[in-house]
Amino acid sequence: MKIVADSPPVLTALDRPNSYIGRAVPRPNLHRLTQGRGQYVSDVNLPRMAHVAFLRTPHAHARIVSIDTGAAKKSPGVIAVVTGAELAKVMTPWVGVLTHLKGLKSAQQYPIAVDRACWQGEAVCAVVAKSRAQAEDACELIDIAYEELPPVVDVELALDGQTPVIHAELGDNLCFERKLDVGEVDKALAGADAVVETTFMFGRHTGVTNEPRSIVADWNEGDRRLTVYQGTQAPHMMQNLFAKHLDLAEHQVRVLTKDVGGSFGIKVHCYADEMATVALAKLLKRPVKFVADRIESFVTDIHARDHRIKAKIGVTRDGTITAFEIDDLTGIGPYSVYPRTSGIEANQVVNLVGGPYTCPNYRAQTRVVFQNKNVMCQYRAVGHPIAVAVTEGLVELAAARIGMDPLELRRRNLFPDDGYPAQSASGLKFEQLSHHEALAHLDGMMNYAGLRAEQAELRKKGIYRGIGFASFIEVTNPSAAFYGVGGAKITSQDGATVKLDPQGTLTLQSGVTEQGQGTESVLAQVVATSFGISMDKVRIVLGDTDATPYGGGTWASRAAGIGGEAAWQAGKALRDNVLAVAGAMLQAKPEALDIRDGIVVDKANGAERLPLTELARVAYFRPDTLPPGFQAELVATRHYVPRGWPFAFTNGIQASYLEVDTDTGFVKLLRHWCVEDCGTIINPQLVNEQIRGGVVQGIGAALFEQCLYDERGQMMNGNMADYLVPMAGEMPDIDCGHVVSPTADSELGAKGAGEAGTAGAPACIMNAINDALRPLGAQPLTDMPFTPGKILRALGKV
Amino acid sequence: MKPAPFAYHKAASLADAIALLGQHSDARLLAGGQSLIATLNMRLSAPTLLIDINGIAGLAEIAVQDRAGKSFVEIGALVRHAQAERSDLIARHAPLIARAMPFIAHPAIRTRGTLGGSIAFADPAAEMPACLLALDGEVDAQGPDGKSTIKAADYFQGLYETALGSQDVLTGFRVPAADKDSRFGFAELARRHGDYAIVGLAASARAHGAGLADVRLAFFGVGNTPLRAEKSEAALAAGDIEAAVAALDLDPHDDIQATPEVKKHLAGVLLRRVAAQLMEAR
Repeated sequence: MKIVADSPPVLTALDRPNSYIGRAVPRPNLHRLTQGRGQYVSDVNLPRMAHVAFLRTPHAHARIVSIDTGAAKKSPGVIAVVTGAELAKVMTPWVGVLTHLKGLKSAQQYPIAVDRACWQGEAVCAVVAKSRAQAEDACELIDIAYEELPPVVDVELALDGQTPVIHAELGDNLCFERKLDVGEVDKALAGADAVVETTFMFGRHTGVTNEPRSIVADWNEGDRRLTVYQGTQAPHMMQNLFAKHLDLAEHQVRVLTKDVGGSFGIKVHCYADEMATVALAKLLKRPVKFVADRIESFVTDIHARDHRIKAKIGVTRDGTITAFEIDDLTGIGPYSVYPRTSGIEANQVVNLVGGPYTCPNYRAQTRVVFQNKNVMCQYRAVGHPIAVAVTEGLVELAAARIGMDPLELRRRNLFPDDGYPAQSASGLKFEQLSHHEALAHLDGMMNYAGLRAEQAELRKKGIYRGIGFASFIEVTNPSAAFYGVGGAKITSQDGATVKLDPQGTLTLQSGVTEQGQGTESVLAQVVATSFGISMDKVRIVLGDTDATPYGGGTWASRAAGIGGEAAWQAGKALRDNVLAVAGAMLQAKPEALDIRDGIVVDKANGAERLPLTELARVAYFRPDTLPPGFQAELVATRHYVPRGWPFAFTNGIQASYLEVDTDTGFVKLLRHWCVEDCGTIINPQLVNEQIRGGVVQGIGAALFEQCLYDERGQMMNGNMADYLVPMAGEMPDIDCGHVVSPTADSELGAKGAGEAGTAGAPACIMNAINDALRPLGAQPLTDMPFTPGKILRALGKV
Repeated sequence: MKPAPFAYHKAASLADAIALLGQHSDARLLAGGQSLIATLNMRLSAPTLLIDINGIAGLAEIAVQDRAGKSFVEIGALVRHAQAERSDLIARHAPLIARAMPFIAHPAIRTRGTLGGSIAFADPAAEMPACLLALDGEVDAQGPDGKSTIKAADYFQGLYETALGSQDVLTGFRVPAADKDSRFGFAELARRHGDYAIVGLAASARAHGAGLADVRLAFFGVGNTPLRAEKSEAALAAGDIEAAVAALDLDPHDDIQATPEVKKHLAGVLLRRVAAQLMEAR
């Protein structure tokens, strides 16, 4: 992929001397990672450490009649063979509900299935041995008698009354439903010149991380403390869950998260096998390691996006969108995932459809049902790719119906840039968005008129190229409205502690985490700027519940916007503290001083007064020379939580240019553009990497990725050969552009950038394919992923 | 996952490997390991012994030799895909194989994987077996009863089944060297570059006046073995591409990527494209 940057100069308000804000500085952790000195959980080896392997049910739904572990216990290297019933005595079960998702229900889930297994791949027994290979050998010797139960696989039938109920105690297979009816939808549809109605299908897929889920748990009976090394996005959340379900106090649990090889939302959930690993460590009083292999990742890492949405749009001849209507149905597996629940994705779809547009008439219904497949939960850009594809798919179908250019139809309906604050029909509150500026920027960047001319010219030669767009909004920087109000111990605030070291350098501890996206770099840039020191003199400490301020971690595009603001404020607070020391040493007024590039200077003229090395030497080793009664405070902590808005919405627009081979149904991606507005850009290179990576995952959804299940609930392609992740060879160049509308909720003004690419890309690809095939009279394609077979069928060739 | 326990023996000679195959009925030969090791790691197979043939001398050569007045390209069993990809001899004398090489998996896999291993494993969606069939090549084997040579047409017998005996080691294979009248075509359709093809086609022919003779079409990914399409070959030799497409009598199974109808349709598309390649002057 060619890297094309289009970054406007950013911000002056934050432009302190030696500012790193808006600069593409290299990541400080680059050398550690490229030299193989990262600390992933797989790298952790502790004395007496044992390895667990899980025997997993081959059935989608089965009663466990009996488990014979006799032969397995005698297998070489085996330390323990533990069943679900035995482990249930060590750890309590959980239920994945949130009180603000009214009516959401789920069943109790145990670390290991106790008497019934509810999806193919659920763990039914654990073997702890001296090596993983020995544990796997012993798994083959466990004899389990199952009584197969009828599996619920088809979401359309899950609520029909004849289909078996998976959890009898819940009464039916309905996990959650929500209805919304705003404005006058029926009247608006009746008044439209055209109503377009279609059904969108989204393939169930998963976020394939480079590093699989991994955990090492170590129970120290002497200290009565649990230490857990875990590749997670949310160490403090996990600390709470481990403590809660082992009946410990939180201070008895330490969670360490160093390097993590990609997360994408996969690693922000409570997984039964990871909970089991922790419980086994407590039971056996020794360290236990679990690293998911690729086969078990496919049947246990959360899946997402399996939605069927019937959707409608009304539009007048002059291009006014009169109404949106959707009916969503989604199957989320047998349990709502703990603790974030599996209702959030559907809830987001309801919230987000129609979101970029002023249209006031909107009706939505969603039903979330249980089924005997792997669980679904939040994956990168939760709900957005679905809502954006439905909205933007409808918008482009409507544009084609009334014969209007798709960008023009958007211009006539997008929220105006000067009309903020504003609110969507579903009630989302927007502080400041820039749909029109982004659209205009994209139009120029891609040379839209030129591409349309080229497209027309090539069609004469039988070459079918398509151009597709997707305007989008994206939830970032969530406040407590996301989870806290629903009773989950998932904090929306985050903290940063910064201290001046004895040699005049800084150490920053933060509650957000590094998953490979560059958090360490962003935090170092921010604190170096607000304090006034060069980045190489800043050390970042993350991922240790013993050492970092309490925080939420990394999810919902919050690390830069929330963790960054806490770091910004902490840096400022420490600067004030340090200048107080400097004032005392120099007999100057602190407010007349500043710190620039690690040197205390006169604020007015920049004249150098005192290097930090000298200040720190005196403050730490000769405090006796400071004025009587003066105490230097060389550590500062600040916390930040968004309060002004429930979420800092970002916006943008993407475009795809592609060619469909109408003989083979293959799609060749030619180019992709994304113009987004994430507010203040701290590091343009990292933002662009996030956009590009996100776009690629969105392309995966549109063209390649799908967890295929058969009618017995068996996943048929749970391996890297048959589950097609997008690969570099098939990816187009992705050009990024930016509009900057900082949020006034924080001084830094940064919103999130991690998910926008994923949100918009699938819709773009869909619209571009349909644009390419429209002259051939093909039925519009709305069933992702768009495989060659589906395209050939749409063309009537098979 | 980790493989089930197995013993490992590095064979010093062909005789050593053949003797061990005789002593251990479930032993497997290890060459490039690009298919075998994955199946071990997924516990899809659990041989008790791996016999590593990588150290056996003389199996990694590419040469052009005359046999009974005809010129052949001789390729040793341990020739790596990467080695073949860079070989001038292959490029000049076996251009069909040269054309197929970039389609095979990814560079890392081509660096370890062997052409002989691919032919011995006989994956029906793999490129090399189809090339061997299209080129009317033959396979050399050595077993307890000595050496044997098997024609490609007799070699592929079923899904992952070949004419090799349980104690046979594939030692190499040969294909007729190309001359000025040789024509070749190769195309495949895979969702991502390097994946096993949904459908692929390797083809050879001889220029015959303005047309073609001796057309050999070997489809892969559409059956249990690479498959000739003989009716289409005749139609193509008669110069009628559309008749060749109409005469395709493949009966593919569905797989995870495509239905039989899609595979059949794509086979026709590939036939048109490959026919155009065959008709281009070399």
